[in-house]
Order: sequence, then structure tokens, then C-alpha cells
Amino acid sequence: MSVQSVLPAVAGPRRPLLRRRSAIPGFGLTMGLTLTILSLVVLAPLSAVAFKAAGLGWSDFLAAGFSQRALNAYRLSFGAALIAAGVNGVFGLATVWAIVRYRFPGKTLLNALIDLPFALPTAVAGIALATLYSSKGWVGAALAHAGIKVAYTPVGVVIALTFIGLPFVVRTLEPVVRDLAMDVEEAAASLGARRVQILGRVILPALVPAWLTGFALAFARGVGEYGSVIFIAGNMPFKSEIAPLLIVIQLEQFQYREAAAIAVVMLAASFLLLFVINAIQAWARRYS
Amino acid sequence: MTITIRAVDKRFGRYPALNNIGLEVRDGELLALLGPSGSGKTTLLRVIAGLEFPEAGQVLFGGQDVTYAHAAARQVGFVFQQYALFKHMTVAKNVAFGLDVRKAADRPSKADIAARVAELLKLVELDGLGGRFPSQLSGGQRQRVALARALAVSPQVLLLDEPFGALDATVRKSLRRELRRIHDATGVTTIFVTHDQEEALELADRVAILNKGQIEQVGAPQEVHDNPASAFVCGFVGEANRLVGEVTQGRFRSGAIQVPAPGVAPGAASAYIRPYDIVAGAPGEGFEATVRRIVLHGPVARVETVLDGGQPIEASFAREDLNGAVQGGRVTLKIKQAHLFPVVQG
Repeated sequence: MSVQSVLPAVAGPRRPLLRRRSAIPGFGLTMGLTLTILSLVVLAPLSAVAFKAAGLGWSDFLAAGFSQRALNAYRLSFGAALIAAGVNGVFGLATVWAIVRYRFPGKTLLNALIDLPFALPTAVAGIALATLYSSKGWVGAALAHAGIKVAYTPVGVVIALTFIGLPFVVRTLEPVVRDLAMDVEEAAASLGARRVQILGRVILPALVPAWLTGFALAFARGVGEYGSVIFIAGNMPFKSEIAPLLIVIQLEQFQYREAAAIAVVMLAASFLLLFVINAIQAWARRYS
Repeated sequence: MTITIRAVDKRFGRYPALNNIGLEVRDGELLALLGPSGSGKTTLLRVIAGLEFPEAGQVLFGGQDVTYAHAAARQVGFVFQQYALFKHMTVAKNVAFGLDVRKAADRPSKADIAARVAELLKLVELDGLGGRFPSQLSGGQRQRVALARALAVSPQVLLLDEPFGALDATVRKSLRRELRRIHDATGVTTIFVTHDQEEALELADRVAILNKGQIEQVGAPQEVHDNPASAFVCGFVGEANRLVGEVTQGRFRSGAIQVPAPGVAPGAASAYIRPYDIVAGAPGEGFEATVRRIVLHGPVARVETVLDGGQPIEASFAREDLNGAVQGGRVTLKIKQAHLFPVVQG
């Protein structure tokens, strides 16, 4: 009889259920920090908004959150943000292509200009755009001749949001375009693909996930944008009034709960849209 | 398809990558472009593919000038070192790509494309994996997909740029045999680039050896090994001891070593001696050296020695000829054959 078989089995330290052994340390620390910061900075204020709105009761909540004026404001905010993000998606992609693939004089300057909307106080941008596009401004006067009115209409809102959103698309796409392997394009060319086919079948599909991220960021920024829009929008109730402005108007009238109700609807809608975009993105990335 | 390359020059900025290259690739042969990195072998392959265009010279496919024809128009299949697969497409879609992008009039029907894809996946032994994405395959499998994709368009020429470079030794060996089998099955004229002489000698019908943008020698593997045309080829293909010395009165002398040098001009010269061209000699013939190390490979003994002057000499001969040589002891060696090349001054 061996010695070991007489001895009782020694109970080793028990492995916690949720923890897997990993060669990469720091999961506990980073996850803990993430949850703490997320709770303090994001979840706490958001739930405070929801609590405030809940004080209204169901029918008053519906009346405040889904009034005709509020619905029109949502439509403008979300619609304009979607259009602006779409415009940025197209021109942002072209911009990225130009600055990554080609060398031209003034490239560094252009590169710096792209980031300007990040840094510029949004009110300054709004006033500048309003001046430029008003019927007496440089661009606005020309457009007025053609019978197009931009400032103080929903079109003005789209222009302001386009200005704000461009760097999001450009900076998200840039590293991905830079990393596109040349040999993949050469492989397509040697297999007989024409330039348009290479672009449509090889390059653009590879960019879809990053493009969607840029689109989502620009869109999210557009939905929440306030400072630049109010100067160019004209802020006519039912016509050119954005939802964030409606919230501020309610606050100025001390209708805090009504303001919170509108905020909750915006939150829910934004979350839903971003969730859908993320889902599409996950699907587009299914191959990696 | 015969490929003729005439006096091709290509420079990148001030750096000449190809210098007056002339080469004739025979119909249906498997040719290796062998050379160290920076020798221009990949550039030459890319010029043939139409991915790079020369400054001077001509590239002819079967007598037709394609020097400045676009890659798409040349009907070449190109396999890249890093596979260059379309990551967002399934294996089947990758293989079908060359057929899918054809104009409607030339495009085979969907069923025909599917049949062709299945046939090719079978050829590269990936049947049943058509639905996978490249990220779900191993490196060797990815390179097989790349090969099938290149073959799908029934290319006139198959070009491979270091096709096994990114793979581990075992996979490389099996894929090498695979390429030979596929080449024999399809009969397509194939050119591949490699810096691995073993790969080139084992796989190719003929080998073209490049150095500094020039072709040093073209010939069958045995020929370039046995009759190297230049000192570079001799040093690059196969192993060799290099001795620096002088030719006088029809003999090459370097320290204690002397070999006959018929037809070599007197003056400074270098001798390249294959380890297996050195045999154990009887006392009194040949030269003596001190044994540093003996490594046995089955029946073959690799004997690393050093001459009295400090010159290392490696010999490789049958184990039974060791005659009791031990590490630190003395051996007598005899040179059967040496390749002599005059040292070019300047």
C-alpha cells in the first residue's frame, strides 16, 4: 500500500466560479473600473432623468414626451442627424481616400482642418454658418438667387450637423484605409477585375464596419448637438426646432419633469438606433 | 505559353532593381527565380504579371508584346506571399472571383461557376470548405485557396511570389509537392520566386539565379549545381568552402591547398569546394587539418576542420572513411573537385 493512498486528499484553494485563468492579467481591475466609471458618469445621470420623468405619471408623460411639437422636434433632430451622417459618410470617405492614398501640397493643412470641428466652440461654428448661409451671406445670397433658402430652415440644421460630424467619419475610417493591403487590390486586378469592381467588391466591403462606426458616431453627435444648430435653425416651433432646444425651453419654464420626459424619449430612440447600427456592424464583421 | 523577356530595365528612384534582364520561359515548364533578398526576383515576377512596368525592354507572351498591358488583360494567375485573400468573402466566393467579375457575355452560368469552384477546391484538397471564411483556415489552407483562385481563370501563366514563405517547414514541404502535382496536372507555365535554394532545386524544371538585378545563370537544377557559371552561383546554390588564393603555372594555391586550374587565367582567384568534394586522403596525399567537430548524419560524417593558418574547411564523406578521426585530432583530406573563379579587380 502506498503512502499517498492513506493520506486524505488535500483540499486546494477553490477556484472562484466566474474567473478563468488567463495569461493576460488585469481583467478584474479593468472591469471593476469600467463598471464604476460607467455607473457614476453615464448610468447615474441617465437614471436620474428617468426617475424625474417617472414623477409625471403615464398620461402626463405621454402628453409631454409625445406632443405634436415634440414629435416634430424628434423628426427634425433624428432626420437631420441621419442625413448629415449620410452626407459625411460619402464625403468623409472621399476625404479619407484623398489624404491616405495621395500626396498633394497642403495635405498637412487639410489634415488639421478636418479636426477643427472637434475644437471649435460649437456656438462659433453656428454663428459663422448662420452668417455665411443667411440670405445676405456669401453662400446664402447666391443660393437665394436660385430660390434656395438654407439658414433658419431644416436644411440649415443639416448643414450645421454635417460640419460637426465630419471628423468622426474621417478619423474612424483613416486607420482602416491606411491598413488596406495593396496586394488584395493587385490580386483582384490580376484576376481581371476592373477598377470599379475592385472598389465595389473588394475595398468598400472591407470598409463597411469602420464606416458604420463613423456613421454611428457622427449620427449620435448630431442628435445631441445644440450649440451650433440653434444659431442657424431659426427655431420655429413645429418647423425648425430641434429636440434638445425643446428640452431647454421646457427647463426655462421650470417644467423639469416635462423636459425629462422628452429626454427619456430621445434616449430610448438614440439607444435603439445605435443598437441597430451596432448589430449591423457585428453582422458585417462576421467573417473576422 | 512561352514568355520572353528582352533587355528589361526597372529602377525604383535611383536604385536599379532590374538591369538588362533577358530570359526565355518555355511553354509548360516550372521555372524558379532564385536569389537573395534585393536581387530583383520579385520585381521581375511583378513585371511579368503587369503589376510593375519596366523603363526599358520588352515582355512577350507567346510572341505578343504585353510590356505595358494591364494586369487584368494578361490572363495571369498571381499568388502572393501573404495570400491576399478577400477576407469578407467565403472560400468559394474567393475562388469564383475571377469568373464573377467577367462581363456578362463572357461569364459562365452560376452552375458552371459553382462546378468549377468545386473542381478547383478538390484539386487543392479543400473540398467541403467552400463555405468557410479565410480567417477560419490555417496558413497552408489559405495559400491553397489563393492557388485555386489564381487557377480559376484558367491563366496562361501562373506566377507565385514566395508562395511558401509565410508557412512553417512541414507545411511548406507538403505544399511544395502539391504545387508540383498541380503543375503537372494543369500543365500551365509556372514561374515562382524563392530565396530558398533547396525549394528551387527540388521543385523546378529550371532555375534562374538572380543577383543585384541581373541573371547569373539559367539551367536545370543539376546543371547550376554542378557547373555554376559564376562565383555567386557557386556560393549561393549548394554549400561550398571558399578559399582565396592565386593561380600560377596552371595551379591554384592557397596556403597548404593546391588544386589544378586548367584554363584559368593567372592571378588572384577564389576556389569554391563542396564539402562532399572533399574526401579522406591517405597519409602523404592532400593536406592535413585539425578536427573541430564531427557530426554524424546516418551514414554520412560531416567533419568541420581548421587548417593551420586558421582557414576553416568543411568536409562531408562516408562514415567508414573516418579512419578513427576524433575531435581535436588530425585528418588528411583530399580535394576531388574545385570550382575556380578569377577575382575581378575593382
